[in-house]
Amino acid sequence: MMARMLPWFAPRIALLPMALVALLGYLGAAGWTLWISLTGSRTFPSGGFIGLAQYRRLFDNERWLLSLHNLALYGVLFVLACVLLGFLLAVFIDQDVRGEGALRTIFLYPYAMSFVATGLVWQWLLTPGDGIDGAIRALGFPHFHLDWIVSQDMAIVAVVLATVWQASGLVMALVLAGLRGIDGEIWKAARLDGIPAWRVYLQIVVPMLWPTFATVLLLLATAVAKLYDAVVAMTQGGPGIASEVPAKFIMDHLFLRSNVGLASAGAVLLLLPVLALLAPYAYARSRGARREAA
Amino acid sequence: MYGIRKIASCMLLGVGLWASAMPGAHVGPQAVAQAEVIHWWTSGGESAAIKQVAHAYRQAGGAWVDSAIAGGDQSRAVTVNRIIGGDPPTAAQFNTSKQFLDIIEEDMLNPVDDLARREDWDRVLPQPIVDAIKVGGHYYAVPMNIHMQTWIWYSKAAFERAGIAREPQTMDELFAALDRLKAAGLIPLAHGGQGWQETILFSMVLANMGGRELYLRVIRDRDQQAIRSPQFRQVLQAYKRLKTYVDPASPGRNWNDATALVIAGRAGIQIMGDWAKGEFTAAGQQPGREFGCLPGLGANSPYLIQGDVFVFPKTDRPEALRAQKLMAEVVERPAVQLAFNQLKGSIPVRTDADESAFDACARKGMAILRDRARPVGVAEVYLTPDQNGALQDVLTAYWNTAMPAERAQGSIASALRY
Repeated sequence: MMARMLPWFAPRIALLPMALVALLGYLGAAGWTLWISLTGSRTFPSGGFIGLAQYRRLFDNERWLLSLHNLALYGVLFVLACVLLGFLLAVFIDQDVRGEGALRTIFLYPYAMSFVATGLVWQWLLTPGDGIDGAIRALGFPHFHLDWIVSQDMAIVAVVLATVWQASGLVMALVLAGLRGIDGEIWKAARLDGIPAWRVYLQIVVPMLWPTFATVLLLLATAVAKLYDAVVAMTQGGPGIASEVPAKFIMDHLFLRSNVGLASAGAVLLLLPVLALLAPYAYARSRGARREAA
Repeated sequence: MYGIRKIASCMLLGVGLWASAMPGAHVGPQAVAQAEVIHWWTSGGESAAIKQVAHAYRQAGGAWVDSAIAGGDQSRAVTVNRIIGGDPPTAAQFNTSKQFLDIIEEDMLNPVDDLARREDWDRVLPQPIVDAIKVGGHYYAVPMNIHMQTWIWYSKAAFERAGIAREPQTMDELFAALDRLKAAGLIPLAHGGQGWQETILFSMVLANMGGRELYLRVIRDRDQQAIRSPQFRQVLQAYKRLKTYVDPASPGRNWNDATALVIAGRAGIQIMGDWAKGEFTAAGQQPGREFGCLPGLGANSPYLIQGDVFVFPKTDRPEALRAQKLMAEVVERPAVQLAFNQLKGSIPVRTDADESAFDACARKGMAILRDRARPVGVAEVYLTPDQNGALQDVLTAYWNTAMPAERAQGSIASALRY
């Protein structure tokens, strides 16, 4: 009896620690955050229940609203630019270029750097008077002007620029792996039919790569939601509050402004879009798995 | 940068933990009173100042374990985390503000009422300081120093070049002086475009233009009607008008770089706390000779004060209690106060302190402090950290964008409503 039960038990026991960590560490912490967001906690997570007051306060706060707006703008620009650039780089490398290994390393290399280091480097590059601005002017274009990082409207785009530079290499690596998995017969068939390469990519290869793109989108979306360090390193949320993002709002209120309740409310709201993105993906995955099993 | 600071503070925290676990800390009641002190006085002048305190504490027979953590935010976060975690330091620095009010309300600090009674703090400390450290009739912090945040520093050479004969006494005269500086081709107002520096400009305008009454109604009482009044709107407009006197390179600039512009005579005026004086003296300049210091516009202008305190987290270990008692007593000694504040650039907390050893600017400040009608606290003294932060967010957004004054009024009302 025991001998027969063992194969059933062993993997489950092995998985138990992981399951406990997931339950307590992730779900437990999320539940705790949700509870704190309904209290009037300040420095200590010990306030009494006050209902949705923290959420009401959040939406009466100009900086929070601007942060949400910035996050949406950043998210769209960052994801689009990363996917487009990463895909083009992958296609470029997929053309059997010489020195593929070296190029792949170069394109992927920025990903090995943290957002903090990336942010600092780009802050220097984008400082008006120095960096790119100064270099191009010194090359003989005295009217060239690049002041994104100190501009109210463009500061967040400057952050997009730096983070796209960092993350598009990862997209390239993932898409390239996907491209290598495409059956060579398809290309042969397309060539026989005289279909131009760009149409093969757009109408055959890209649809075949959808699981890769789903993974890419998921990775990029989480990077968007937790955007914090690049902003701190590049603009500190400035000029003024022009490049503030929700994660920075949360961190500031947790540690500097002693309002754990308001910070938790922000964190809960930040979790919602992530869940909204994650749920359809998980659903599609589970349906796919069931279809394969059937 | 944040990450690096965090790692550094963790490492320092580790050093502190290791130090407090060293043999000798728990030997018995006859051992030396060992005090582990968390503070953020890490810059040159600051660390020289706190070394004076540490020296005096050792002279008094105690053992000082220094846990310096760069950055006030980081330092306070470490203190709070250690208090929550049940391993509090013997003493920790905070600003004279509401930063430690929550810790008091959780009953996690030891009061220092004995010392306060013996030293007659009710009488000799300025009221805004008492307001911040006395809660529910008990004193919970030992004040170290007083900083005045809104000094008007000006370059004598720049004033001469612009043909400004006398120091401005009203807001109109200040704007007139700025106009003349501009006409002379100088940077009229040296400003570092960071949120907290913009808050200083705003506080200066509010205090000098709105006067003590409007200042306290807005900042202390958070009076919605006062915030929406036409008088307050004029203050906001005057604050924004200052921006027309700032050079385009100001966004993100550090305060000491702005001071350097005044020192070099390239800019006329900077509005900054008394810590800026250290930059002038380090450059070999003297008050009244190369630069001037104005504590405010007119003889009755409010004097916006703030400072640093030590708090003593609750403990029932007798040796820790002894260390806390000894330290509270040592830091309030007149000689320690004098040595610390001269190096720090601030002034002593007691209104009866000896002023002969201080420079002309500090003496001006000490004289004003004795006039009970003039000192008021800076925003942090009256507002919780998150109210203060929300106010700063609005002020910096208003300064940096084309936001109309009416909307700024509404946003400030929202920021201070909670």
